[in-house]
Amino acid sequence: MTKVYVPLDFAAQAMGAERVVAAIEKEAALRGVNVQIVRNGSRGLLWLEPLVEVETTEGRVGYGNVKPSDVPALFDAGFLFGGAHSSSIGKVEEHPYWKRQKRITFKRCGVIDALSLDEYIAHGGFRGLARAFAIGPEKTIEEIATSGLRGRGGAGFPVGIKWKTVHDCKADRKYVVVNADEGDSGTFADRMIMEGDPFSLIEGMIICGHAIGADKGYVYLRVEYPQTAKVLGKAVELARAAGWLGPKVNGSNDFAFDVEVRIAAGAYVCGEETSLLESLEGKRGIVRAKPPFPAFEGLFGKPTVVNNVLSIATAPMILEDGGAAYASYGMDRSRGTIPLQIAGNVKFGGLFEAPFGLKLSEIVNDIGGGTLSGRPVKAVQVGGPLGAYVPVSLFDTPFDYEAYTKVDSLIGHGGLVVFDDTVDMSWMARFGMEFCAVESCGKCTPCRIGSTRGVETIDKIRAGENVASNIDLLKDLCNTMKFGSLCALGGFAPYPVESALRHFPEDFQKPALEAAAE
Amino acid sequence: MSAGVPWDAARAQEIISAHLGLEGPALPILHAVKKEFGYVPEAAVPLIADALNVSRAEMHGVVTFYHEFNREPHGRHVLKICRAEACQSLGAEKLARDFLAQLKIEWGQTTPDGALTVEPIYCLGLCAHSPSALYDDEPMGWVDAERLNEIAAEAQNK
Ligand SMILES: Cc1cc2nc3c(=O)[nH]c(=O)nc-3n(C[C@H](O)[C@H](O)[C@H](O)COP(=O)(O)O)c2cc1C
Ligand code: SF4
Ligand code: FES
Repeated sequence: MTKVYVPLDFAAQAMGAERVVAAIEKEAALRGVNVQIVRNGSRGLLWLEPLVEVETTEGRVGYGNVKPSDVPALFDAGFLFGGAHSSSIGKVEEHPYWKRQKRITFKRCGVIDALSLDEYIAHGGFRGLARAFAIGPEKTIEEIATSGLRGRGGAGFPVGIKWKTVHDCKADRKYVVVNADEGDSGTFADRMIMEGDPFSLIEGMIICGHAIGADKGYVYLRVEYPQTAKVLGKAVELARAAGWLGPKVNGSNDFAFDVEVRIAAGAYVCGEETSLLESLEGKRGIVRAKPPFPAFEGLFGKPTVVNNVLSIATAPMILEDGGAAYASYGMDRSRGTIPLQIAGNVKFGGLFEAPFGLKLSEIVNDIGGGTLSGRPVKAVQVGGPLGAYVPVSLFDTPFDYEAYTKVDSLIGHGGLVVFDDTVDMSWMARFGMEFCAVESCGKCTPCRIGSTRGVETIDKIRAGENVASNIDLLKDLCNTMKFGSLCALGGFAPYPVESALRHFPEDFQKPALEAAAE
Repeated sequence: MSAGVPWDAARAQEIISAHLGLEGPALPILHAVKKEFGYVPEAAVPLIADALNVSRAEMHGVVTFYHEFNREPHGRHVLKICRAEACQSLGAEKLARDFLAQLKIEWGQTTPDGALTVEPIYCLGLCAHSPSALYDDEPMGWVDAERLNEIAAEAQNK
């Protein structure tokens, strides 16, 4: 029976994957041919979704942007044997966008049936866990430390140190909390791994739980991801039924561990780890002052590891191949690979995992193919709504935590949003402040009041009112927010604003009439 | 479809009780209440507060903190249009503004015939297919004015 792969990924669904599945089933039945439809995750060649793949003797052959109406013609063209059709992209793994990557975290994503434990295991699943059980908690943590893995949620804190801190705490209960709030615009890597290779996250959580001495893990998942909730929820059930979760995890000596998926409720600030913990406890997501750090007093006051999805989902590969192998990729203090998310006004939007160190010029122009509109690139916002707008003049900065800090930017969660020359940066600056005002948890004044004042001030500038003095006022305000805010929402919201002012001053100097006409 | 069943205190109590075994059950309860009734009715707040042993004011604070817990019923259908940066890079802001103007409603409002509520959403993780939207449970990428008009028409008829 021929295997036909149609991704269950949310982005593939948004481009009609479910209707394509129905069309293939119907056409196969009509023609009396046997096909087995496999629901894989996305390979990350997102501009091609739905990307239908057929398993042939030569390897998997892909057909991009398939519409339900294409399906009869695909059968006519013999696509079940890799036949030629205008949507054909040839062998998927020979496609340059795939071939140029170094896939570690995403090595199985898009390749296997997302919800098949058998395929997961056949592709190396649970080998990392077996090794962790064999070498014990201390050595497990050493491997993570050796790998140089830094938190992929934005702050870049070394994962090994966090795990060791919680491991060393004495407590009757400890927790693993996965931050799956992925609120940054331009990011979807967490979503993709949870939909495309959910068992890797579950395995990572078990490894973490075993290493630190926790028997319970929560995934705090944003409500904006309904498909992720379905797929991950199903994966947890399957893992539990097969004995990978529960009172005695497969391959362990009586190690108990279970996972619960908790759905968030649409507040961006709940991605901040202490706000997240408040929310998990059932309270308003108000940021807690640190210290105490969650490692010491986290969920319900117990020692807790809070890590991003990618940080945890990478742990199994690190255990499997050893920390040194992972650390052999990357540059300086940014070790390993980073799943780049290329989005916005770009031709080849998608997920591209590569060692740290690539330059924006390569990522945007070369890999991303330039803008979708065909117009010149003006700026790329790197690192989500709290990240700076990087102008073309800084496109040679290597993708690396420290290199970005040096140019007053951040890499955050690895999201890149491309803008062409029609973007009005004073509008984007205003939007940044407005977003901060909408999402502020309200605990501290610089963020709560400052962001609203920021919107008002930018409105005045855009209307041409005392432009020079209002720009000074705005800069002042940014400074107050940066240094007076309790968390990075208020503290980093000035980055997009300041970068817009610094690199695109002309967008703040438009004649009053023109601004008013918008 | 987003409309739920009419308010029923006994049913609400059942939903609440079913979740009391969880650690920190407030959010799961609120999601379940919303799923059942289509919104979080004012009358549910004291019931939840009592069950969790917190003050009504505290529970009220929780409900109002989160964007997800609408306290009034929505229209028969809900369209969430992404307003975040990636979608803006391909014109989402103007697209949404024109659509709202055409429906003669503002963000968060429902058309007078009760067919469609339009809400902003900040990123669906579909940023490689901007602009994007979520219509009831159906995600949509590369949305344009034509697609939005189709949705408005479909919402009216169902
Ligand atoms: C406003 C705000 C939003 C955040 N959102 C997220 C998020 O969605 N996902 C995430 O992993 N980290 C987010 N973070 C960072 C977390 O506070 C924390 O650093 C992270 O979860 C730690 O995990 P890591 O070390 O594996 O990155 C956010 C921080 C702030 C200030
Ligand atoms: S900076 Fe903003 S979000 Fe962060 S604690 Fe202060 S008010 Fe809350
Ligand atoms: S910014 Fe609109 S889906 Fe991410």
